[in-house]
Amino acid sequence: MRRRSALFGAIVLMLSACSAPAEGPSAAAQDTVVLGLGAEPDSLNPVLGYSVDGGSLMFDGLVRRTPDLKLQPALAESLPEVTGEEVRFTLRQGVTFHDGRPLTGADVVHTYEQVLDPANNSPVRGDYAAIEKVESPDPRTVVFHLRHPYAPILQRATLGIVPDKSDLSADPIGTGPYAFVSWTKGDKLTLRANDRYWGGRPAIESLVLAYTTDDNARATRMAAGEFTATELPPKAVARFRDQPGLTVHEVPSADYRGVMFPLEQPVTGDLAVRKALGLAVDRGAMVAAILAGAGEPAYGPIAPGTDWHNPAVTGSAAPDRAKAIATLEAAGWKAGQDGIRVKDGTAARFTLMYPAGDSLRKELALAVASDAKRIGIDVRPAGLDWDAIDQRMAEDALIMGWGSPYDPDYTNYELFHSAYAGQGYFNPGRYRDPEVDRLLERGRAAADPAARKQVYDRVQQRISDDAVWLYLVYLKHTYVVRGEWSGLTPGVEAHEHATGGLLGTVVNWKPAP
Amino acid sequence: MIWVRIVLWRLVFAVPLLLAVTFGMFALAKASPFDPVRQYLGERAMVTSPEVMARIRANWGLDRPLLEQYTTWLGNLLTGELGESRSLRLPVTQVIAERLGWTLLVVGCALVVMLAAGLAVGTLAAWRRDSWLDRLVTGTAFANEAAPVFWVGLLAIWVFSVTLGWLPAGGLTDAASTAVTLPDLARHLVLPVVVLAFSQSSWLLLFVRESVIGVLREDFVTGARARGLRERTVLLRHALRSALLPFITIMGARVPELVTGAILVESVFSWPGVAGTTIKAALAVDFPLLAALTLLATLAVVAGNLLADLAYTVADPRVRVLGVS
Repeated sequence: MRRRSALFGAIVLMLSACSAPAEGPSAAAQDTVVLGLGAEPDSLNPVLGYSVDGGSLMFDGLVRRTPDLKLQPALAESLPEVTGEEVRFTLRQGVTFHDGRPLTGADVVHTYEQVLDPANNSPVRGDYAAIEKVESPDPRTVVFHLRHPYAPILQRATLGIVPDKSDLSADPIGTGPYAFVSWTKGDKLTLRANDRYWGGRPAIESLVLAYTTDDNARATRMAAGEFTATELPPKAVARFRDQPGLTVHEVPSADYRGVMFPLEQPVTGDLAVRKALGLAVDRGAMVAAILAGAGEPAYGPIAPGTDWHNPAVTGSAAPDRAKAIATLEAAGWKAGQDGIRVKDGTAARFTLMYPAGDSLRKELALAVASDAKRIGIDVRPAGLDWDAIDQRMAEDALIMGWGSPYDPDYTNYELFHSAYAGQGYFNPGRYRDPEVDRLLERGRAAADPAARKQVYDRVQQRISDDAVWLYLVYLKHTYVVRGEWSGLTPGVEAHEHATGGLLGTVVNWKPAP
Repeated sequence: MIWVRIVLWRLVFAVPLLLAVTFGMFALAKASPFDPVRQYLGERAMVTSPEVMARIRANWGLDRPLLEQYTTWLGNLLTGELGESRSLRLPVTQVIAERLGWTLLVVGCALVVMLAAGLAVGTLAAWRRDSWLDRLVTGTAFANEAAPVFWVGLLAIWVFSVTLGWLPAGGLTDAASTAVTLPDLARHLVLPVVVLAFSQSSWLLLFVRESVIGVLREDFVTGARARGLRERTVLLRHALRSALLPFITIMGARVPELVTGAILVESVFSWPGVAGTTIKAALAVDFPLLAALTLLATLAVVAGNLLADLAYTVADPRVRVLGVS
């Protein structure tokens, strides 16, 4: 009771003393950086999917990525050869966990076994399906035994390593540049620099990741000086442009949005209709109006700016309606009475679904519908819940989003291989092409990067020729940063940003002189 | 020993009630179109194979019939095992243990503020009946009764945080602070407490005003005034005291609204309490957590009513509760 009354005294005092706004943390010393993030992780355990693609700050994988997406050895001493069904890593010496325990092969084995154990419900278990088992013949060696040759295994090895015998609800202890201090769920995660980090102690002593789901709330807190940096949607960064002391960063991403066509339906199954739509949509206007300029036109599933992109697969940002109409006419889609084209008694009409809660996808669906109308195709947008969408993906088109900058095998194998036709969100359009199947299998197994590059260039070409999808836009992620920093390096970002893409490079930030 | 019997009676009634509420929640969750596995996977749902999803479903027993799921849950509950929260990836007991304190802090402070303010302002309005002050107070109270809590909360944020910059808009402490300190906590506590107290105090204020007006007309008050007692004494010692009695019962009956109010206030102010977690749990179809929180809320309501009845019998021995005299 005494504490309660003390608290009340404090409140009364505060109320009376609240005439001056409180100084934001921006006035605090430079050794604390506050990052305003939107998506809070459910768990800080890499086994449960926390930041598996790196950038987790607290954990290191066997390998890590530079901002330009090159792989570097991290807990491994060097990048191993990936050929056949066995991959052998030699661990770096002298690495310790935050609690002082030395890193050994047993920790790596434990981490991967925890992910692969079905009882743990790991959301990322499917990503590691190629691994049969992981062994550690001696403390400095780890061997992956694969079910089949799998070139992207090194990309998967960014998974953060947790200590041996740790369980799923343990406090996060890793080997990374930052150590865990505290986590108030729904509020913030506090970290401190790891003095013993094998890669050298980071310049910023204390790091706070403040989680605020609402974009407007994040913008308000950034404007109030609470954050050093934050991620915001393109339309919300406008107010921060040309402000002294603030920089707006636009970072390209591999995150695309497009239309998935059900290929076993009379209208969307017709190549001419799909090709015509690809010519008729105004991608330039979508980027300018819907993304507030923070995006790029998309023509394929592999992002420009990554090593795997095939520059031959391209198109025009402006629509070419004459060519689109000619394509339809040549294929027998003739203008009907109400302006909607007809072929053999079938009207050129289909439903385009989008998840109702996603305003970006809704706007894209409406844009596609209005562009399609102008060439005589009637597209009917339908905002639905995912559970309703699930049931209809074989019949109706859908605005979908995917994209990973790391490896061309990621998701594309599942999206375009006939073995996955109709498997949930994998290949819902039921695309079946023997050549593409063969290419995807070869690309996954081939060890030589040059050979893989050829394979995936061909895959991109085939998918473009068949107009399996209608690719619309690549998003750009936008950030606002306060102050001058060196070491803030943008790279092509993935769809998920566990530590916030660009903000994940905070390990290398140093106050600019 | 009358209160022992009241408590026993109440317990007899509370058990079927709790069973009905929790089973109803299970049935609703089962009928909900949301897929718990998809919610659990979040963005990863898109890149997770159906085989992995099916395995998670089986691990949680979601493929079992409703009744079996419910009895399993009930059996675990009786052994003190509340299961794992799927959305927070923690044991449910730990989630509640970590968050309950923050909720009790806000609700406790709000109750004190609302009682003090409600009684004071209500009495004042009754004493100065039909003045402009009274009209302002009752008008505000009626308007407030009609306004949803979250709207009041957002309005308060807009005025006091965004426009004036006096108080933080949410959270438990400042973003940059690494520990919970009292001044910092107090500043963050002001808005949620005041908004919750304000939103709950309309009926209280109006009730107090009505009772006091009624009592002021009573003979004994007129007599007291005639004897030349001071106005303050009349108000506090006579009028308010008789008005308080029915008020205790009403207080107990308002607990459900207090619970809902707390849920909304915590969500609006990103307060890390147990009430705000209810919304998250519901949206994520986080069954184990939602079931535990529903149980907790029901218990709060039952306990509130019970306390009100007990207090009433203590205050007025003539009252009969449930036929027990």
